[in-house]
Amino acid sequence: MTLSPAVPQDETAPEEVTAPGHQSTLRALEVAGLTHSFGPNKALDEVSFSIAPSRFCVLLGLNGAGKTTLFSLITRLYSNTSGAIRVYGHDVRRSPGEALQRLGVVFQQRTLDLDLSVMQNLLYHAALHGFTPREARERAEAQLERVKLADRAKEKARRLSGGQMRRVEIARALLHDPKLLLLDEPTVGLDIDSRRDIVERTTALCQDDKLAVLWATHLIDEVTPAKQVVVLHHGKVVADGTHDAVLAATGATDIAAAFASLTQAKSEAPSLEGAGA
Amino acid sequence: MTKLPTEQEVRGLSLTGYLHCLRGIVWREALRFLQQRERFIAALVRPLVWLFIFAAGFRSVLGVSIIPPYETYVLYEVYVTPGLVAMIQLFNGMQSSLSMVYDREMGNMRTLLVSPFPRWFLLTSKLMAGVAVSLLQVAVFLAITWFWEVEPPLWGYLTVIPALILSGLMLGALGMLLSSGIKQLENFAGIMNFVIFPMFFASSALYPLWRMKETSPLLYEICLLNPFTYVVELIRFALYGQLNLEALAIVAGFTILFLGGAIFAYNPSKGLIARRGGPGGK
Repeated sequence: MTLSPAVPQDETAPEEVTAPGHQSTLRALEVAGLTHSFGPNKALDEVSFSIAPSRFCVLLGLNGAGKTTLFSLITRLYSNTSGAIRVYGHDVRRSPGEALQRLGVVFQQRTLDLDLSVMQNLLYHAALHGFTPREARERAEAQLERVKLADRAKEKARRLSGGQMRRVEIARALLHDPKLLLLDEPTVGLDIDSRRDIVERTTALCQDDKLAVLWATHLIDEVTPAKQVVVLHHGKVVADGTHDAVLAATGATDIAAAFASLTQAKSEAPSLEGAGA
Repeated sequence: MTKLPTEQEVRGLSLTGYLHCLRGIVWREALRFLQQRERFIAALVRPLVWLFIFAAGFRSVLGVSIIPPYETYVLYEVYVTPGLVAMIQLFNGMQSSLSMVYDREMGNMRTLLVSPFPRWFLLTSKLMAGVAVSLLQVAVFLAITWFWEVEPPLWGYLTVIPALILSGLMLGALGMLLSSGIKQLENFAGIMNFVIFPMFFASSALYPLWRMKETSPLLYEICLLNPFTYVVELIRFALYGQLNLEALAIVAGFTILFLGGAIFAYNPSKGLIARRGGPGGK
């Protein structure tokens, strides 16, 4: 059963932004007809979905479903050869600078420089976005304050706990005021409290900053009713819609059952084993 | 708290933005270098061991005749110093590539590559950062050799700087090109065996080429094909206030070649990364 892209979006979704001179509504992220292969393995197969501004979208998929490949393509680690990825209307291939300026990323791997202090890590990132030292410091202080780590600014990053590192990474991703935040399995390896903390913080950010969020995970309990859900399985989008719409379409009573039915149904289809990263 | 910009307020990439980006990359590299004292000491000890022990031992064995840029007979220590300066840069260039592989494994490379600035600019900035670190190492080394009776003319210390920048870029770009092909940190030992040692020994760093020609014509030919020979000669002449045009042309040519190759290898749509799914990918 494939729900995509027929499942209706949440009707209470925030108002969409229309770009000047654009007829159509502007999406925070638009992925259209994206296929990507590594050799004979198709990691992504005709993937299409979009996120409205200020929406929290959970990209749900098992390990190997193609989530990391999708993130690598959106962040232009390598280019898509077919299909299109647009961030607020800016094609990642054609105008990567414009797209990347609007994008904040928290990678699955820990990417803080452990030998540098928390502040130095943030200042480095701000410089990579072309900010002056003064502006960089102001922004770094504001973001650290926000994630309640201002008192740890001078400490080496390696002295932080896993949850604190993630908070610094989120602060870093927000330094340049992106309008779309990507998080790739941000809660992996965290304890229950830190996990809840990161989920709550990001949900609040989405509301307070009118930030669109793409949150990749394989943890089903991170899908809550207010969120958009895109289910990726063997490189294909097998469901895309609100939490309730996915439940209704699968006839399941909870999202875990819906996910199980979607992925099991698809597993019987011709195998794409080994695809995806 | 900073105010969020509207769509119209997202600013473009200005020229000063480029400069701040370059500054940030050099600053991070310098910070990392200063915090790794062992790396600094190792970078100095290596050439100093060659100078104090190897050169002292070979002083009596190897006579160096009057060859340009030298105007008199010179001690072996004097002859070998430019070669050792080039060795510092060779090791530094490879070390930078090591740090890129490390960065890739640690994911830092990904944070660099999501910067909105063009990728060629990010990679060249990273190279410049490595060159800045190598200049620091060379300055300290040359200061020590002064007390070891290696006394080039004072203006030579100025004229050698552009030569060092160019040679640092060439060796750094070579390291960067190699780094794109190395999958794991462990493979770096191979670089030592297959790149650093052959490049260093089959060059004019330790012996003048005319001596090599007497011993082995084949080795002489190999030395002539080795770009590192021209790095050494460019530095040697520049240290004595002279320009070796042939060396300049060859080093500049290889810089362009290696840098072009590295930018291609890290190109998101064409290079090795796209085909392999790295860095950070599988």
